[in-house]
Amino acid sequence: MNLPMLDIDRLSVSYGKVEAVREVSLRMQPGTIVTVIGANGAGKTTLLNAIMGVLPAPGAARFEGRDVSGDEVEARVGAGLCLVPEKRELFTTMSVEDNLRLGAYRLGSGAISEGLETVFARFPRLKERRAQLAGTLSGGERQMLAMGRALMGKPRLLMLDEPSLGLAPRIVKDIFHIIMELRASGVSILLVEQNARAALQVADYAYVMEIGSITMEGRAEDLAADPRVIESYLGLGGHT
Amino acid sequence: MNATIALYLAQDGIINGAIYALLGVTLVLVFAVTRVIFVPQGEFVAWGALTLAALDAGSVPGTAWLLVVMGIAATVLDTLRQSKTITLHAIGGMVVKDIALPVLLLLAVQAIAPGKPALWISVLLTLALIIPMGPLVYRLAFQPLADATVLTLFIAAIGVHFALIGLGLVFFGAEGFRTTPFIAETFRVGVLAIKGQSLAVLGVTAMLLAGLYLFFERTMLGKALRATAVNRLGARLVGIPVRSTGRIAFALAAAIGALSGMLIGSLTTIYYDSGFLIGLKGFVAAIAAGLASYPLTVMAALGVGLLEAFSAFFASAFKEVIVFSIIIPLLIWRSLKAPHSDEEEE
Repeated sequence: MNLPMLDIDRLSVSYGKVEAVREVSLRMQPGTIVTVIGANGAGKTTLLNAIMGVLPAPGAARFEGRDVSGDEVEARVGAGLCLVPEKRELFTTMSVEDNLRLGAYRLGSGAISEGLETVFARFPRLKERRAQLAGTLSGGERQMLAMGRALMGKPRLLMLDEPSLGLAPRIVKDIFHIIMELRASGVSILLVEQNARAALQVADYAYVMEIGSITMEGRAEDLAADPRVIESYLGLGGHT
Repeated sequence: MNATIALYLAQDGIINGAIYALLGVTLVLVFAVTRVIFVPQGEFVAWGALTLAALDAGSVPGTAWLLVVMGIAATVLDTLRQSKTITLHAIGGMVVKDIALPVLLLLAVQAIAPGKPALWISVLLTLALIIPMGPLVYRLAFQPLADATVLTLFIAAIGVHFALIGLGLVFFGAEGFRTTPFIAETFRVGVLAIKGQSLAVLGVTAMLLAGLYLFFERTMLGKALRATAVNRLGARLVGIPVRSTGRIAFALAAAIGALSGMLIGSLTTIYYDSGFLIGLKGFVAAIAAGLASYPLTVMAALGVGLLEAFSAFFASAFKEVIVFSIIIPLLIWRSLKAPHSDEEEE
């Protein structure tokens, strides 16, 4: 087994006395899509924020073999980690193109023009809207911009928090298609989703999270066939 | 009142308004990037004028010593705060940048000042002394609180204001000073006599505002500062070091403050505590613009300047009262107009 891309060991996060994430351990191999599924409030977003360093969290986090648990967000971005947050956190009063350019802020001007080309090729929609303010975009376009901005920084591990949230089914399909393309281009992806069906379809490996802890893990196709998962997350009337 | 007086008052008002515009814009900038309502902005104005006045008189300004002291304090505190993670290399960097350079600057000032340097040299020396104080004040007082609420940061800002006023009294004494004007000539346009310095104020203000515009619209660093202001978390997630953007905002504040001080130092006598009132009028303008819009701040500042000039003529005893009273209707108007939002959105 080669060196894991990401190795999280007994990570906990508390808000005051409430422990939102309890001793979660998680591993992922390079070039794979790993998904964490679970109900609303299970602590998935908190987990991603802790891995990114946005929230303080005791426990070990190793990225490509390097201990990043003491690092600030900026240093983790520099190491190749990137989070596309649930709320997208765009620079709403700035143009689409400026948002993208800032995504490559730490890489310098050489990387910007090259990155813009790649991102516009992947999201032609953003090219059409490049001069528009980010705040005027539709939900799907915002998600594309958030992903595009993240890709500008050439991450090796992209963490996506609910990329399908609030989007029309057709756009959700596009987004998941792009996620698979990204893996093919060598980016590892840690995907947090309530849309368990779609997530398990694209992922290689999956974790199920319930009230702050990992309760199940396994290959994505095995979990998709597991009766407990089917009942809780894939059953009729579940999210599509 | 006749037309001539009105013209004179308008000229006065516009000159003062230009200075308030600079300070107001700085307040908006610092608030947007760091969420600090920068009360001590005026101190940089006073220190700019007083430092220039001291150099004019051939003496070594206290700010030269103060910069060394602040550098030592920041280095020691930063080292203690990060005692576990800091590298020797980083400490070395701080010793060179925050202690050795200020000491060199102090030695340079001690060598140059007694010879009563030319005005432009004094101006450059003053900027070199005051600008680094901006980031140092940020590191000493605000960076450890970077994630605190606006109210906490505001209280810290008031504390810093009192501390700096006290230091100003220690270093410059209670006496007021005037500086040499940049342009000593007076021009006549019809009935109006225009002081050269007034033109200098307008010229420098226009250039600074244009420069700021270009900086924020055209440069990556300027955009990174705007991005930090729009969405702090988003900025961190793309790897913009929000700490250094804070320092840059404070450096700009110190630079603009010092320049404003040097500009008005020849038009009015500056005391160690004169900066506060001047800064506060910039603040009125910034508030009128909702601490958000730069062009509105500039317009409001000109309004404040004109209002002050005309109330000085009609009711000179109440001039300050009138200027600060307009903040109340402004606030009522803003609170009625703006949709209610929570103070902290993060």
